[in-house]
Order: sequence, then structure tokens, then C-alpha cells
Amino acid sequence: MFHVKQPEGSDFDVVVVGGGHAGTEAAHAAARLGARTALVTLKADAIGTMSCNPAIGGLGKGHLVREVDAMDGVMGRAADAAGIQFRLLNRSKGPAVQGPRTQADRRLYREAVQAMTRACAGLTVIEGEAADLILEGGRAAGLRLADGSAIRARAVVLTTGTFLNGVIHVGDRSRPGGRLGEPPSKALADRLYGLGLPMGRLKTGTPPRLDGRTIAWDRLEMQPGDEDPVMLSFLSEGPVVPQIACGITRTNSVTHAIIRDNLHRSAMYGGHIAGVGPRYCPSIEDKVVRFADKDSHQVFLEPEGLDDDTVYPNGISTSLPAEVQEAYVRSIAGLERAVITQPGYAIEYDYVDPRALTPALALKALPGLFLAGQINGTTGYEEAAAQGLVAGLNAAREAKGEGPVEFSRATSYIGVMIDDLVSRGVSEPYRMFTSRAEFRLSLRADNADQRLTPAAREWGLVGEARWAAFAAKMEALEAARSDLRARRFTARRLHAAGLNLAPDGETRDGLGVLALADAGWEHLAALDPTLVLPAPWVQAQLRREAQYAQYLDRQARDAEALKREEARRLPPDLDYAAIPGLSFELRQKLERLRPATLRHAAQIDGMTPAALLLLAARLKAREAA
Amino acid sequence: MPDGTAPEEVRRGDPPADTIFAPATPPGRSGIAVIRLSGPRAREAVEALAGGPLPVHGRALRILRDETGEPLDEALILTFAEGRSFTGEETAEIQGHGSPAAVAAILGALGRQRGLRLAAPGEFAQRALAHGRLDLARIEGLSALLEAETEAQRRQAMRVFQGALGKRAEDWRERLLQAAALTEAMIDFAEEDIPEALPEIARLCGEIAGELEAEARGARLAERLREGFEVAIVGPPNAGKSTLLNRLAGREAALVSDVAGTTRDVIELRMVLDGMPVTLLDTAGLRETADSVERMGGERARARAAAADLRVHLVLPDGPRPAEGPDDIVLRAQADRLAGEGPGISGLTGEGVEALVAEIARRLSARTAALGAGLTARHAHAMAEGAAALREAEALARAGAAPELAGEALRRALAALDALVGRVGTEDILGAIFQRFCIGK
Repeated sequence: MFHVKQPEGSDFDVVVVGGGHAGTEAAHAAARLGARTALVTLKADAIGTMSCNPAIGGLGKGHLVREVDAMDGVMGRAADAAGIQFRLLNRSKGPAVQGPRTQADRRLYREAVQAMTRACAGLTVIEGEAADLILEGGRAAGLRLADGSAIRARAVVLTTGTFLNGVIHVGDRSRPGGRLGEPPSKALADRLYGLGLPMGRLKTGTPPRLDGRTIAWDRLEMQPGDEDPVMLSFLSEGPVVPQIACGITRTNSVTHAIIRDNLHRSAMYGGHIAGVGPRYCPSIEDKVVRFADKDSHQVFLEPEGLDDDTVYPNGISTSLPAEVQEAYVRSIAGLERAVITQPGYAIEYDYVDPRALTPALALKALPGLFLAGQINGTTGYEEAAAQGLVAGLNAAREAKGEGPVEFSRATSYIGVMIDDLVSRGVSEPYRMFTSRAEFRLSLRADNADQRLTPAAREWGLVGEARWAAFAAKMEALEAARSDLRARRFTARRLHAAGLNLAPDGETRDGLGVLALADAGWEHLAALDPTLVLPAPWVQAQLRREAQYAQYLDRQARDAEALKREEARRLPPDLDYAAIPGLSFELRQKLERLRPATLRHAAQIDGMTPAALLLLAARLKAREAA
Repeated sequence: MPDGTAPEEVRRGDPPADTIFAPATPPGRSGIAVIRLSGPRAREAVEALAGGPLPVHGRALRILRDETGEPLDEALILTFAEGRSFTGEETAEIQGHGSPAAVAAILGALGRQRGLRLAAPGEFAQRALAHGRLDLARIEGLSALLEAETEAQRRQAMRVFQGALGKRAEDWRERLLQAAALTEAMIDFAEEDIPEALPEIARLCGEIAGELEAEARGARLAERLREGFEVAIVGPPNAGKSTLLNRLAGREAALVSDVAGTTRDVIELRMVLDGMPVTLLDTAGLRETADSVERMGGERARARAAAADLRVHLVLPDGPRPAEGPDDIVLRAQADRLAGEGPGISGLTGEGVEALVAEIARRLSARTAALGAGLTARHAHAMAEGAAALREAEALARAGAAPELAGEALRRALAALDALVGRVGTEDILGAIFQRFCIGK
């Protein structure tokens, strides 16, 4: 339902500002809960734009997409509709660390998101520039647009990305701006500054875009997609558009010499940028300086679409002047004649210290206002989408007068990310990695639906179609599980079948056999002719589950302990000044950060066991009172 | 530290307004045994045993009886009104006769009352803290006072607090993080040009595991220092063992506690020698009976003496000479009346006693030189756990198996190291701190 403008005073439950990945998921999630939702964006036809690399998913990120999808979100299905090269990363390693990823056709992705947005009941898109928040009774009560009109709502979700005081740098030239070609929303930034929120400054970079027709593909190593593509959404069957291959090339000593000679002209190295960039996604300047002993770095040449000649050279993001970019690009094999269609640039922007947020992504300082995406110091479409879903879900619940929903580190990557953000803050743009999840063996991309779909259904996030598909899937899995549980295999027979175990060991059931490192369904079928093999996807899923079975008990115990800790909540109105014995410095930090739980307090810099003990004692006294 | 029953679970699950009780004096026979109660039903609970009202804040002498009217003990009851007690709650103390049977009977009668339960370790102190009756500095002071019995313990504790353990752990942690970083890089940056690091990971894990295993052995020694060395006095009947023990017990300031009577097999005497806690074991009288129960006791006593850190053998001129190992001191018994070769001792006159004390102290001190940075059994346990996890990671890395499983093992090793220096979850820290307090203290 695209509407140009609503009349003054029109009433919504939730208004979402921003049509990026966070905003889209937030608006959809709120609408799925039945909230009357408005999505305010500068240009309705820019909704679903991928502003950086043309890919969705990856290691850790693929987990997030699956979790969003498990709760009936937008991203997974849109990525599958637009996917032009599916690859399961870490395919040779265990399922816990495998991440589904796809190259996505930019136009197809945008169109898929916009089509889903049009089809979303209860969601109204409003084109306009958000100028200011409407505050009422100390709460966010809506949005004022640049044209003076007002949109009233019970809850507001801001997903304004890098628009807060964004500055774009190309070499030694800089200008205010969000994404290239879009004006920054300075007025709204001033409002946030007016709230006295803790803020920080970050930077991120993009590579130059190349004209694919000027690349010598025939001289490059090509990387095709997987033979058996793994999709992002649990609901997708397979790719729906033609598949492409990506090219691989490398920088060389000439490239590096050009970059070294021009370092002083780089915005970053020339001292023009104060923000902190990510360590894991360094600019090519950074790579050349910090890894001076390496004379070559890999560059992936990723086509941006099926009918788009633009190529995204992944691995050479930069803030050097345009002519230097051209020189070093042309020093790379296969790119000798490459034409740059848009120079790479660095963007610097402000973010709100996410420690100012509750685990529901609500701003502690201003009830009714939720933040999601890059504004919270994260980077990446997937991270943004996941936060958007959480913020939209909670904004809708708040509008209905229901309590917040929180995600635990023990059950989702979303929980890991939000817990990291609100308890530790960020010092560089936050990106998801599998290593951030201490329950990595249990939190797999393959079981995101089993972990989240039932709860999400309760919250109202999951529609009928997905619920029916999920129920059928669970039924098939459970039937196969109980069948295997009922079958017995002696160690002697398993040993005789060539499996690596002691012949005098315990008798196992079918699931126990699958837990053996070298066992598979073919062994089960050979040993027990009465076994009817289930569908291949069922076989694969049960094999994945069995592989980690022996580790899951321990992880479950740890998860229990974590949940107990997460339950030790510090009341938001706790009077730290009234706790004798707290040092002045710690008291100030506690008052500023207002940690949600005792565990979060423990992660505050400079926290001492003695101070924690004081907090715990105060909690106990309050409980007793 | 007397044993609590599953303290964490008990403490966590209970409503705050329950009433707790625990013996405040060590188990065993003594002049007086004190049982302390704290909580809203403290006075009422004792009134039920005393058969009548007690003052809100005061004292009374009463016969305590169980539900059937059976008398349990005669005791002095002290009651403290809410807000005027150690914990801040209503509190009562039962000071009875120090008979283990009477104490057990009173505890049983209390435990059968509704709303009462045995306190978890440190729970009285915790309640005092929660009610603002005790600040943290005083708790820590109390803890140190309760725990540091001897000079050597104090020195070792200082080593720990001054960071010897912390520094070691920091070094392990840093190298462990290296191994973990290499492992995680293989997983999370599979798309980048990450070099194959499995041999390096295996090497790091093996090295750190070896060091942890050695330190764990040192920490077990430190635990002996905390818990006390055992020195057994052995010899034939009438060699003068008991006389010697009594002489040692009479040395000024030597006696820490006398827990004689806790067992029929061995008499224990706790003392401080040269700053080290020492428990002297006397196996007197064991061979004077043919009773089969006594014989079994004798077996136990001999096993205990064999396991002791040192054995002092008293030999008679015509008796057999014991096999002499590095942990044996052999002395001529009854030196006041029996002449002979070698050093002699007499508990009667005190001859040779100071020399024996000096010799015991010298031998035990030599052992404490091998102490590592660890202090307690908890440290030893954490180090051993860390080492085991590292050995698992090492094996996985060598096998080139799933790096996520090696990563999991490394994560456990890190958690073990973190537990070593207290950088763990708040629940654990709090639980550990409060468990330093004995029940009832």
C-alpha cells in the first residue's frame, strides 16, 4: 500500500523512519503483529536498496538471515528471489559454522522487497523527510516531516543508518551526505543530540564500481555458485533466476606501490577522518600499510545484477582520490582497461552508543523510541535487518501495551548481537561472527526455525503459510527421529560394518549411530533392511543434529546458568547514589549506562567483584522489601 | 568449613523471608555448642523447643524438648530483636552442651519445623550485607581473619593477591587467545586468505596444557598448606607417644584446636609449627586389644600414618627399626631412662622435643619451596580442567578435525582460566565469595 502522504494528525500505532534493511524488517514485523504501521522514507522506490556489496548472508550473517526468516521476516525470501550465485560458506567444516550466502541482483532484490511491502497488510509507506520527533509527556509520540506535517504514533522506530551527521570523503574532498546522492537528515540528528545521548563516530568505506564490459573476464579465474544451492529462506525451494559466476583476481606489488605513494591523499590517512573503521573489513590503504609483508590481496569481482554491467570489486574499498583509484585498479590483472563508473568513497557518521538501549532496542532516555541498524553502531544488511525485526516487534508490543520481548544469547545470534551491543557498546562497526556466539554448536543456521519459529508464532510474527510449512517439517523430522530412536544397533555389528568404534561398546539407537563421525544413513540402511529412508533433507538434518549431540548437554547446562544470570535484573529506577560503598566513578558509570542485568553490570569497564556484591546485596534487599 | 547442602540452588530458589539455622561452632565434642537462627521465625522456632515464650531481646535458660516431649539439652537461649542483631533480622542463639548427639538432635528438631532450613555457606554474612549490617570491607576483613590461620598461609595468600597467579594466568590467557584467534580466523574468515594454522594451534595448546598441568600439581601442594600437613607419631605401645603428644600440646601457643574424640582410631592435634599448619596424628593404644572392630580401626590408622606427610617413629632399644624413607624421622624413645645410639626424645622431660619441632619445621618448609602460584584446590581444579580442555583441542587440531570443536574446547579452557582469576559470571563470583564463609559464622 503505497501512499504519498497522510493527512495531518493521522494515527498510527508504529511509525518507522528509514526504508533500508532495518526499517523494512521493523515495519513488516510491526504490521505482522497487527499494528497500524507507517514507513517513512525519502524515496519509496529506494526501499530495499543494497547500498554496499551486492550479497546477502555469509558467516554469522547467514545465521542472522535464517533467524529473521524463521520469524517470517523479509530478507531471506527477497535474497532468494534475487539470488544469482548461492554458496554455502565453510561447506567443508561442521554445520554449526556453515553460512549460507548469495550474490543478489540489486534490482531484483529491491523489487522483491518492494513487492512484499506492497502486499503487507496494515503497512503504509509515506514519502517524506523526517524532520523531528514529536514528544508528549516525556514520550516519543510521532514524527514531524520536513514539510511541517505530523504523523502521530504510539511508538517510533528510527533506522536512519549513516544519515546522522554523515560526511562523505573521496580523497581530500569531503561533503555532507548519507549514501551517495542522498541528503543527510541533519535536523533529526540535532534532536537526538538534544536528548544528550552518548554518541560516537564511525567510518566505513566502499570500493570503486567498475563497468563489467571493460573487464577481461576470459583471463580471470572464475568462481561459480554451488552445485546444490542452499537457500537463505526456509520456505524457498531453489534459485528462481539464472545463476552467474564471480571473477577472482589479486592486487600486486605495483598496485601496492601506487597506494603507498598516495597515502597522504587518502581521506583516512590524510587525517580527514576521525571515525573508527572496522578491523575486519579494512580499506585497501589499511591492508597495504598494516600487512606490509603481503605483496598481494585477493579481489572478488561480483556482478551487481543480471542486466546490470556494474561490478563490485570486493576487497579494495578506499578513500583515495578518484584518479589514484583508477591508477591502482588498472594495475590489477584483468582490470587493465577497467572503467570506474563510480569512485569508492569513505563515509563517516555518528551512532548512538547502544548501551543507551534496552535489550528490546528501546531508548532508555526516551520511552516510545526504538533504534535499529547502523545508527546503533553495527554494519551489514543482516545485522540491520535482525535489529529492525526486534525493534519493530517491540514497538508494536509497546503500542499494544504489552511488555518487551528479549532474545537470549543462549537461543539466537540475534540475542548474542543485542546483548553485545547493549552491554558492551561498540568500538568499531559491529559485525556478526560465529565466534561471538558461545553456544555456537547449538545455534546453527539449519535449526533457526526450530529455535525461533514457535516463539515468534506466539508473538504474532509468523503467518499461516509459514506456520503450516514449519509444522509439516517438524512432523517429518520427529517421525524420523522416533523411528531411529526405536532401532538398536550393537557395537559389534557397527564395528563389523567398518565403523570406527570398539566392538565391545554399548548398543546404540539409530540417532546414536549417526553421531559417529564416520557413520551415515547408508550404514543404517545396510544394517537394518526394514528401515525406510526418509527424504534427503530429513536425512541431512538429523545427521547435522546428531553430529553435535554429545556437546549439546554441556551447552544446555551452560545455557541454563546464563539464563539464571540474565534473570538477575537491575530495576531501571535503582538509586545507585543510595548504595554506600560504591566508588564515585562506578556510580557515575552505572547511572549513565543503567545496565539491565547484574551480568551487564559485570561487563562494565572497571567493575569490581566488591561493587557487584554491593549491587547483588541491594537487589536482595529490594526483593525482600 | 562444614558442609552445606547444595548451597547455590537452595539460596537461589528460596523466598527471602525464610528462616535459616546452622551450627556456629565446629562439629565435635566441646564445652559449648552454638546454633544460630536468623529470619522472621527465629524466636518462634526456639520457643517451640523451649515450650514457652522467650524475651524479644534477651536471654533465658531452658530445657529444649522435641515434638514428643523428649528432652534434648539444657541451653542458654539468646534472642536478638529485628534490627538489633548481626544479620539485621530477628536472630536467636542456642548455646547448648557441646555434645555432637545433642547438637544433631536440636538441628533435627529445627529442621522439621515449617519455614526453617539449614543455612547455605556464608548465608548469615550475606543477610548481614543485604540488611546493611556489614559493609564489604568488614566482610573481607572477616573472611581474611577466618581463613588465614598461620603465617605461611598469609604469605601464600599475599602471593596470590599480589598477582603471582594473576600474572601467570594472564600469560596463559594471552597464548590461549592466540590459539583461539587462529582457530576462529579459520572459521570466520574462511573467505580471506587465511593460512592453515592447525599445527600452530596444536603446538600452542600442548605447551600451555603442559604448564597448567605442572602448576596444578603445585596448587595441590598449596592446598596442603592451607589444610595442614599431617605428621604421624608411630611406634609400639608404651613407647611414649601420648606423653610426647601431650608435651607438644603443652608448648606455649602451639595448640590451635583439639578435636580428639572425633574418631576412635586416631587422635589429632592441630598446631602451628614455624608458621605452617600441622596436624599431629597419634595412633596410641591400637594394639592393646584383639577386638575385631579395633583391628579394623588399626588398619585405618596405619593407612593414615602411611599417607601422612611425615612420620615420627619412636623406637625402643629392643624393638624393630622402621624402614627409613625421606619422610621419616626416627627417634630413640624414652630418652630420659633408656640410653642408646642416635637422637633421643622424652615427652616426660622434654629432652629432644625442641629439636624434633625444628626438624619437622625444616622438612615441611623445604616442601613449600616447591609451591606454585596457585593457592587452593579450586585453583588446582581450574588448572586441571583447563589443561584437559587444551589436550582435547590439541588432539582435534592434530587430527585436522572440525575446527568448531577445537574452538569449543578452547572456549572451555578460557573459561577455566577465567575462573582461576575470578573473571567469571557474577553468579559465580558472588557464590564463591559467599562460600568462603562457614555456615553460621
